[in-house]
Amino acid sequence: MSGSDPTRRLLLGGALTGAATGLAACDKLAASPQVNERLNLAEGMNFHVQRLLLGRNALAREYPESAIAPDFRANGTTNPDSEDYQAHVADGFKAWRLEIGGLVERPLSLSLDELRQAPARSQVTRHDCVEGWSSIAKWKGATLGPLLDRAGVKPQAKYVAFFCADTLELTLDGTGDYYETIDLADAHHPQTILAYEMNNQPLPVAHGAPIRLRLERQLGYKMAKYVMRIELIDSFAKLGQGKGGYWEDRGYQWYAGI
Amino acid sequence: MTEVRERTSKGVTAIYRHPLLVRATHWVNALCLLVLLLSGLQILNAHPAFYWGEVSHFDRPFAAIEATTAANGDLKGQLTVAGARLDTTGVLGASKSGGDQLQARAFPSWATLPGYLDLGAGRRWHFAFAWVLVINGLIYLGFALGTGRTRAMLKPTREELRGLGRSVLDHLRLRFAHGEEARDYNILQKLAYLAVIFGLLPLMLLTGLVMSPAMYARLPVLADLFGGRQSARTIHFLVASGLVSFFVVHVAMVIAAGPVNEMRSILTGWFVIRREKP
Repeated sequence: MSGSDPTRRLLLGGALTGAATGLAACDKLAASPQVNERLNLAEGMNFHVQRLLLGRNALAREYPESAIAPDFRANGTTNPDSEDYQAHVADGFKAWRLEIGGLVERPLSLSLDELRQAPARSQVTRHDCVEGWSSIAKWKGATLGPLLDRAGVKPQAKYVAFFCADTLELTLDGTGDYYETIDLADAHHPQTILAYEMNNQPLPVAHGAPIRLRLERQLGYKMAKYVMRIELIDSFAKLGQGKGGYWEDRGYQWYAGI
Repeated sequence: MTEVRERTSKGVTAIYRHPLLVRATHWVNALCLLVLLLSGLQILNAHPAFYWGEVSHFDRPFAAIEATTAANGDLKGQLTVAGARLDTTGVLGASKSGGDQLQARAFPSWATLPGYLDLGAGRRWHFAFAWVLVINGLIYLGFALGTGRTRAMLKPTREELRGLGRSVLDHLRLRFAHGEEARDYNILQKLAYLAVIFGLLPLMLLTGLVMSPAMYARLPVLADLFGGRQSARTIHFLVASGLVSFFVVHVAMVIAAGPVNEMRSILTGWFVIRREKP
C-alpha cells in the first residue's frame, strides 16, 4: 500500500483539476444550441411515452373540498396594469368578451354570463408549479371541448392558442405578452376548463380574472391566466418567438406533463 | 455464471472481474448521476424548500434554504431543518457564485448545471439524462440478472451475514482484504451495491415519476405509497443525498483499497489478486 501514495496524490490532483475544468466547460456546453437540440429529444420522448401511458382521458386526481389549501400562491402577473384590463376590473368584467376564432367554422364572442351558462365542470385539483411547489384549490369553469365543438374546429387546426391580458416583459413587438398553446387532445380532455370560479368565489384578479385555463395534467405555466382571446391554429411557429408560449420562448418545455 | 477468467503472466495473477458491458454501463451511470445531481440542484434552486404530504404548507416547510439580511445589512444564508437553524453563508442560501458580492442563491453556481440560474435548462438536462440513466440501467440489469452475475457476485451468503459485525470493524480500522481474499466482494460491498442498484436508484425513478403531474394521473397509488407529491419530492432529494454519500464512500474505498488496481479493473476489467515475490 505504501508504494501507491504518489499515485494517490496524482489521482486526487487529477480529479480536482478535471472537476474545475469540467465546471467551466459545463456552462459552455449548456449554452450550445447543438447540445440543447439533443437534450430536447427527451421532451419528445416524455410527450409520446406519457401520452401512450395515459391515453387521452386519464383524469388528474380530484380531492375532497376539505383538502383545499388556505395558502394557494399566485405566480407570474398578479394584476395586469394595462388600461384595458383595469377598465374591465373596474366594471366587473361586464363589457369583457371572450373571442374564440381562428380556424373555426363559427367564431364565438361570449360574455362572462354567457360563458357561465355553457356546460361547466367543478373540480378540486392539485396545482403543480414548475418551481416545485403544489397547492390544492377548487375550480369551476366552462369545459373547453364543447365550446370548441360549438365553434366548429376546422380539420386543419392542430393547436389552441390562448392570448392573455398580462405582459410579463415590456417589449416593442409584443413578444412579452403572455400566451400559451395546447394541442387538441388536451383541449378536449374532460378536466380542461376555462375557470371563472376559484374556491366557490369569482376568480380573483391575482389568479387570472375573469378566466384562466385549467389543464390538470401539466404544470402551472401552461394554465394561462387573464385569457382574452382563443384561436385555433395549425402551427405556433409565427406566435411570439415561435416556441408555443411565453415561458417556452424563454426556455421552458412546451410539453409540461413532467 | 461462467467461471471468472484468470490469467498469470510475469508472476502477476489477475481475474477478469468486469466485462466490457459492466464497465461501459458503470461509467455512463456515473456521468448520468453527476449531470442529474447538478441539474437537480439547479431545479431545486427555483424553490429550495421541502414539505411532507401532498401539498406545500408554505409557512411550515420540513426544510428550507433561505437568504436573510443581518442587522448590519449583510446577506446571510440559512438552512432550516425541522426547526433547527444553521448559518450556511457562503455555500447555501447566499454565495458569491462567481461574482464579487454575496448573492441570494440556494445552491452555489459550482453545484448547479448550468452554473447560471436557468430552470428551463436544468429541467432539459435532468430529463434527458434521466432517460439515459434508465436505459443504461435496464441494459445493465438485463445483463447482470441474465448472466447470473448479480447472484454470483452480489448475493450475500449466510456466513457472510454472520460476519457482518467483523467486516464493519475491519472497515473502520481501514483494514482491507488483499490478494486472494479480495477475489470476491466483501459483505459491506455487496450490501452497498445491492442497496444502490435495487433500492436507491429505483426509488429515485419512482419518486421522480410521482412528481410528474401526468404520471401522477396514471399512478396515484404510487403517489400514496410515498405519502403524496411533496413527500415524493422530499424523498427524491433525501435519496439523492444517499447516492452522494455512497459516491463519497465508494471513492474513498477505491483510494484506500488501492486506486491503481481498482481503477484498472473498472477500466480494463482486470483485477490483480496476486503478485509473486521476485
